[in-house]
Amino acid sequence: MNFDELLGNFPALTITGLEQGAIYALVALGYTLVYGVLRLINFAHSEVFMVGTFTAFWTWEALGYDQNSAAPALGPLILALAAGLIVAGVASAATAVTVELVAYRPLRRRNAPPLAFLITAIGASFVLAESFGIGTSRAPFGMPTLLPSETLFTVFGAAVTNIQLLILGVTLVMMVGLDQFVNRSRLGRGIRAVAQDPDTAALMGVNKNRVILLVFVLGGLMAGVAALLWNVRYEFTKFNVGFLIGLKAFAAAVLGGIGNLRGALLGGLLLGVVENYAAGLFGGEWKDFTGFVLLIVLLMFRPTGLLGESLGRARA
Amino acid sequence: MTATVDKGRPAGFKARWAAMPKQVRWAALAALIVLLYILPNKWFYEYLGFPIGSEYFALYTTRSDFAGVLFDTAVFVLLAVGLNVVVGFAGLLDLGYFGFYALGAYTVALLTSPESRLGTEWPWLAAVPIAVMVAMISGVILGGPTLRLRGDYLAIVTLGFAEMIRLYAARSEGIAQGQRGIPGIPHPPGSGSDGKPLFGVVDARPYYWLLLTLILLVIVLVRNLANSRVGRAWVATREDEDAAEVMGVPTFKYKLWAFAIGAAVAGLTGAVFAGKQTFINSDQFVLESSILVLAAVILGGVGNIKGAIVGGAITWYLPEWLRGVGELLGVEFDAAEYRILIFGLVVIVMMIFRPQGIVPNRRRAAEFADRRQEAVPQEKVSSE
Amino acid sequence: MRQKLARVLGGVAISALVFSSAAACKADSGTEEGGNSAACGLKIGFFGPLTGDAAGLGIHMRNGTKLAIDQYNKDNADCKVNLEQYDSQGDPAKAPPLAQQAVGDAKVVGLVGPAFSGESEVGGPIFDAAGLPAITPSATNPTLTTKGWKVFHRGVGNDTSQGPAAGRYIKNVLKAEKVYVVDDQSAYGTGLVAEVKKVLGSVTGEDKVQVKQTNFSAVVTKIVGSGATALFFGGYYTEAGLLLKQLKGAGWKGTMVAGDGVNDALFIKVAGQAVAEGTILTCPCAPATAAKGTFVTDYKAAFENAEPGTYADVSYDIAKIYLEGIKAGKTTRADLLAFVKAYNKAGTATGVTYKFEASGELDPAQVVVWAFKVNAGKVVPDIEIPKA
Repeated sequence: MNFDELLGNFPALTITGLEQGAIYALVALGYTLVYGVLRLINFAHSEVFMVGTFTAFWTWEALGYDQNSAAPALGPLILALAAGLIVAGVASAATAVTVELVAYRPLRRRNAPPLAFLITAIGASFVLAESFGIGTSRAPFGMPTLLPSETLFTVFGAAVTNIQLLILGVTLVMMVGLDQFVNRSRLGRGIRAVAQDPDTAALMGVNKNRVILLVFVLGGLMAGVAALLWNVRYEFTKFNVGFLIGLKAFAAAVLGGIGNLRGALLGGLLLGVVENYAAGLFGGEWKDFTGFVLLIVLLMFRPTGLLGESLGRARA
Repeated sequence: MTATVDKGRPAGFKARWAAMPKQVRWAALAALIVLLYILPNKWFYEYLGFPIGSEYFALYTTRSDFAGVLFDTAVFVLLAVGLNVVVGFAGLLDLGYFGFYALGAYTVALLTSPESRLGTEWPWLAAVPIAVMVAMISGVILGGPTLRLRGDYLAIVTLGFAEMIRLYAARSEGIAQGQRGIPGIPHPPGSGSDGKPLFGVVDARPYYWLLLTLILLVIVLVRNLANSRVGRAWVATREDEDAAEVMGVPTFKYKLWAFAIGAAVAGLTGAVFAGKQTFINSDQFVLESSILVLAAVILGGVGNIKGAIVGGAITWYLPEWLRGVGELLGVEFDAAEYRILIFGLVVIVMMIFRPQGIVPNRRRAAEFADRRQEAVPQEKVSSE
Repeated sequence: MRQKLARVLGGVAISALVFSSAAACKADSGTEEGGNSAACGLKIGFFGPLTGDAAGLGIHMRNGTKLAIDQYNKDNADCKVNLEQYDSQGDPAKAPPLAQQAVGDAKVVGLVGPAFSGESEVGGPIFDAAGLPAITPSATNPTLTTKGWKVFHRGVGNDTSQGPAAGRYIKNVLKAEKVYVVDDQSAYGTGLVAEVKKVLGSVTGEDKVQVKQTNFSAVVTKIVGSGATALFFGGYYTEAGLLLKQLKGAGWKGTMVAGDGVNDALFIKVAGQAVAEGTILTCPCAPATAAKGTFVTDYKAAFENAEPGTYADVSYDIAKIYLEGIKAGKTTRADLLAFVKAYNKAGTATGVTYKFEASGELDPAQVVVWAFKVNAGKVVPDIEIPKA
């Protein structure tokens, strides 16, 4: 135990933890959306994120940025980020939709038992990760530094960088936007209806398959955004990059209350921060360990997560 | 209800089989078991008339030792049989089953190895019951507070548990010695007629036979359990927990039982594995394996021991067999690098065409058929 | 009853397959024996991860081995040697059937590998029992050569040769006062860090990370907060690159020192040229000789312009030892083992003189440890680190 390390670096550990947690939260939204509507743990979602990191990276390569190019000026920077965002968002959403169409919809049509979905999800995850692994020779890829990290201001002695601000800002914007979309728009009402009671929703004229597709698109988009932020922050990807992030994001979703959008955000941020504190207090090898301890202990006391399940707002 | 099950099955054959005298059926079963014991022997294939170590026998793994693969497959089958008690009979989604397996293996390693930091150096056989106990007790400790959680929450808790075990084992300073691992675990005892130890290094067959025997024993136990009061309580809990509770079934107690039995089987498997492997480290207990065991159970058919066997065998055996499939087909194609990709595709396709598993549970298949008939006008989201 | 039905069905299916394939094979089993003399069609095995998380390392070793064999086959088209791959996924649990397969295949006379210490622990006794010579290009756990295996050799210096040298470099050349050490908890990383710590005496701070970790913010905060001017990292290139990049991003100005697991072109690819600049990489190998020049260009030509990764050169040299033995008519395992034991020549790719002690360890007198420096995106030799 090293309390000096924790207390001395407390503000810095908090900020970097929030930054990591924000990315968990964005990926967790994908798990939560799909779970809220289909009651299905979409194991392939981690690979949806992975596809996003690669496609954004390739976009930058296509735009002529390589590992050693200097950081671009503001104009080209915004262009590169926007292009990366669009491509990653589209690619991730397309991957999520493909998984739904190939691996889940045929099962739904046959009214398969819930466990069968779990297995096709795992199968889809293998297929995606392995095809990227084979295609990229399983090599790690470093990316250009498009946005050099700069300290903007300090809070209690901890530097806050432009990248951290960007990640937190984008995450909040996406979160609020998604929340408003689900709660206010017509399509969002459809999502909530299907989440609450699929049969009644169908009777009321909601096209269930369209709602499900929409949910996968939204989850994929969020994963794409997370992938772009990941690229900007860590400037790295590899074919198996999704596995750990997916695991953490899934844990974050459960922590906050799976099926609950705000819960995903809360769970993600909490997990990111707690992990960092644990690394400070006990040493880096206890980082992930503590995350899971938190999860298990919390579920014992709040069996449906911090905020409970509530995409449909009617489930117990 | 059960009448619907027989659809699409070779009813004629089945009827004939059922009409056969009991002795014949027992003889057929015995023949199959004998065949399983003979399977890794090279003389068996030579007797059948083809040379060995080549691609002549279509089911032979040409890139890895057949007996070794059979042993690993048996490990997976036993794990699947154990997990089937948890997932199939009691309906508890356990994503961290490998954690108990790791506990069993590490218990044996710590108690027996001369290089363990405990320094006890027990013989292998003495450590096995302890390993089973440790796994079982930790099953109860984990299950006690968490089994009240609903399905998918239990999944993440068990997953977290398995990861915690692995992460703890991965610590280089911890008792499990991280990736450096624990070497020098003794083999099971016994020596052959020629005085050489029965369980050696190179030949995997004795281990396979040992495990096969254990599998048969565990199957007998589990079958009897499933057909007893306990088994009926499990079914009741799985189908509708609230109703079962109202009818006076102490569901929590039976769920805990299932969890503990599953954990004990995993601990036993881990103990045998450690005795064959002689060296274990944290790399051998990755999360993917937990997920693969679950895949095996579901692929085979949840709630059916036969299904677990078939699923377990396929999940391990198929990727190993795929290593050499290029040669088998006579094309210049090294499948080794693609085998996991192919396995993923096979799993998806199989689940689409046989969502209830390869060998479905009779009762579950009946439900499944019912639901299919209900869902005529609109697709129905499976919600459970 | 249905259960029994299925069993019988299964039994029938198996026996049907057995007999049908038996019938199929009898037809062509006659052709197998004819033609080949014993010395041709021999196989050299590569044992290491080709799929899974560690495959990035394994593929380069395999490629190095393959290059050597392909070159040999080009010169000896009438009597070729084949490469047999045993993909362990870096998982010791998957190693035994593969090791037994290698042992059971009489055509396999030598093995490049096992790549990691864990699978060597499991494979070693099996190879030993069958007398199959194995030279590992990369398993550096010192205890591997103390197990009494006659067939096991190590083509690189172990942790105890490289670690202290790295420590001496930090102490005597960098003259760093405040040194932080980080390892990735792998057998390789912890071994190196333990040796470095022995030489340095005391360190400013130490921490551990996990293999596959990508977010190093906690350890970065600690290192920056500690005011360390040098960091020794025990681990592999991916984590090293990411850690260094995040450190520099947080404004750290010190120097990172790392072992041969980081001495890989991919390290610069992950970290980026600007970040990697000035990093010191130790390696129990000599710098580019004139001969090494062709290895790098040959490798690039053979594998789609890929930079040879860590241990690709060692694997190449090891494969060449076997090939030289086979060329000299040592076509049985026993002969080849004796040939390896007596070998005393410098490898063309690494410049290391391969001479093994009785234990299988590379002769310590032959182990030179060099410090390399990242300079303008290239790993260039810096100095030979003097022995203690």
